[in-house]
Amino acid sequence: MTWVLKSVLLYGEGEPVDVLLADGRIEAIGVGLSGDDAIDGAGLVLLPGLVDLHTHLREPGREDAETVETGTLAAALGGFTAVHAMANTDPVADTAGVVEQVWRLGLEAGHCDVAPVGAVTVGLRGEHMAELGSMADSAARVRVFSDDGKCVSDASLMRRAMEYVKAFDGVIAQHAQEPRLTEGAQMNEGITSSKLGLAGWPAVAEEAIIARDCILAGHVGGRLHVCHVSTAGSVELIRWAKDKGWDVTAEVTPHHLLLTDDLAATYDPVYKVNPPLRTQSDVEALRQGLADGTIDCVATDHAPHALEDKESEWGAASPGMTGLETALSVVAKAMVETGLLSWRQVAERLSETPARIGRLDGHGRPLEVGEPANLCLVDPSATWTVDPRTMATRSRNTPYAGDVLPARVVATFLRGRPTVLDGKPA
Amino acid sequence: MKRHLLSAADLTRDDALLVLDTAEELAQLTERATVKKLPTLRGRTVVNLFFEDSTRTRTSFELAAKRLSADVINFSAKGSSVSKGETLKDTALTLEAMGSDAVVIRHSWSGAPVNLARWVKGSVINAGDGTHEHPTQALLDAYTMRQRHGRIEGLRVTIVGDVLHSRVARSNVLLLSTLGADVTLVAPPTLLPVGVESWPCESTYDLDAVLPKSDVVMMLRVQRERMGAAYFPSTREYSRRYGLDVRRVTTLKDDAIVMHPGPMVRGMEIAPEVADGVRSTIQEQVANGVSVRMAVLYLLLGGAESAIGTPE
Repeated sequence: MTWVLKSVLLYGEGEPVDVLLADGRIEAIGVGLSGDDAIDGAGLVLLPGLVDLHTHLREPGREDAETVETGTLAAALGGFTAVHAMANTDPVADTAGVVEQVWRLGLEAGHCDVAPVGAVTVGLRGEHMAELGSMADSAARVRVFSDDGKCVSDASLMRRAMEYVKAFDGVIAQHAQEPRLTEGAQMNEGITSSKLGLAGWPAVAEEAIIARDCILAGHVGGRLHVCHVSTAGSVELIRWAKDKGWDVTAEVTPHHLLLTDDLAATYDPVYKVNPPLRTQSDVEALRQGLADGTIDCVATDHAPHALEDKESEWGAASPGMTGLETALSVVAKAMVETGLLSWRQVAERLSETPARIGRLDGHGRPLEVGEPANLCLVDPSATWTVDPRTMATRSRNTPYAGDVLPARVVATFLRGRPTVLDGKPA
Repeated sequence: MKRHLLSAADLTRDDALLVLDTAEELAQLTERATVKKLPTLRGRTVVNLFFEDSTRTRTSFELAAKRLSADVINFSAKGSSVSKGETLKDTALTLEAMGSDAVVIRHSWSGAPVNLARWVKGSVINAGDGTHEHPTQALLDAYTMRQRHGRIEGLRVTIVGDVLHSRVARSNVLLLSTLGADVTLVAPPTLLPVGVESWPCESTYDLDAVLPKSDVVMMLRVQRERMGAAYFPSTREYSRRYGLDVRRVTTLKDDAIVMHPGPMVRGMEIAPEVADGVRSTIQEQVANGVSVRMAVLYLLLGGAESAIGTPE
């Protein structure tokens, strides 16, 4: 079965061309091409399939909130062809057995590739290094290791982990949160928290860990990736570390590019997330950082939660937001509509760079003949209204319910096979 | 007035004065009467929903509702379905099904009354939520200040103590600024929230400097659990720097009053001689609490009818 995408704009640039997909690859790019089936792509932007470095699929353990099946379908609908499944499952993905299980579930679901993230420490407890090498050598080929949800706060352990994974080209993705500075923390510490009487999560608790880890990465020549950067100060620190030439990369979530901490005044836990929503000046700094390349990529931190974990008092609610199905649209709103990124740069920040950081073969590749046909076709001029009830994710904790967002994923192809057509599961 | 009283910020200047005036009227009516009960809220149901122990606030609301002839249901978290894992939402829906007209809620999480207000049709009255607000306490404090000083506008009010964790301080700052008083917060820097500079008040670390200028000194309780959490080195040092002792009281103006929302820690934030002295309004605050809460219930539940009614 071959597909031809008619009159699409590669990266949203140049003249419309036809793209022929065959045998899982881009067979030809030109005009007047034909295939078994065709999509009219007039006005649509063709991007390499998106790659998420930070997804919570919740399986095993919380299948009531999400499964690999539902989460990866949500990913495909969001234009993703690969996601990195975070390790804070139950049981924790801290052994070759668990990461292989998640990887196999991804294969069986078939909506997108699932690259399991391995836990840095056993049980995410921050005490003993997990068997990182075994996970790297497993069928799941783990390269990204993270205790996400928890910070590897022990400086010595963090140093050893960054050193150890050099043997297999791994990277430690740090959830930067100094635990003592954030005990009981509920939201960004600042004007809004002072008024709401919610315990503050100060920017310094993120920045102090990032500063330490960047210096450690420089010292041992290891590879550090900073998860969900949320403050202006963090952007400055990462810029500084990159100027030093250290091997440091960073991600920002779509929600930190758009939403601010004043939303907490509703006490609606849908806005509770970790790290918390920050201030408008942080949002501006994050956008600039993503635009100038200080922040390498966008990662969703898609964090589905069961209804009962969100329909409660703010303090009792679990932190996190879903994001796979809205990521590209939020980036379009925050970065493309504002003129900060072109679609060409969106391809870099949401596909090429995260694929490189995750050492994923076959993803984030150029739109050229012979390359794997992992693709995402976007209508940049469409708008849509977010309705949590119609989303593929099993959970409803999107902060954008009822919002009208720009740009819509029309089709997604995984190795030449459509996973999404006409904005719906193929 | 709005349908709920969730924050002191819900009250405009006119709303707040209406509550105080109504409280005064109700106090006079019940004082004169031999039977202290008004028929105003007969047939209405007020639920006291207390997720946190607070005998004095619950009793105050209960008495207020009963004096207005409302039916009162006390629903405390301990021993109820709440302690068996029922969520706030389920509790709210249960109360809704029982037909409650107002829910008075005390909760350990900030914002819980805001959440509750989304799930019930009746009025929600915040009786203290976490470290957020306690608006009826601020109303009774304002009532007490007006009773003693004859006015609120232009009063210099000094609030001393654990502002960071104090719902009383937050509500008082909002209400008193609405009513035109000048509020100064005094606390060790560790017990003032980051962001306090955005509040409509001043703040300082030096108690002795502000006492001679104060018309009202409100002492806040320092909770035991803060004492071990390194906000200050020792209770003795706290008491020395921020306690209202006999020596400090001598620096006050002649007509300055001393307030405390209770329960107080004698010898810690306030000396026993001061708590029991003539400047102290602590007992009045308790009595005024009932009148103010009657006014709030009356205005939220029966406010459409103009007359307050006659004593039975």
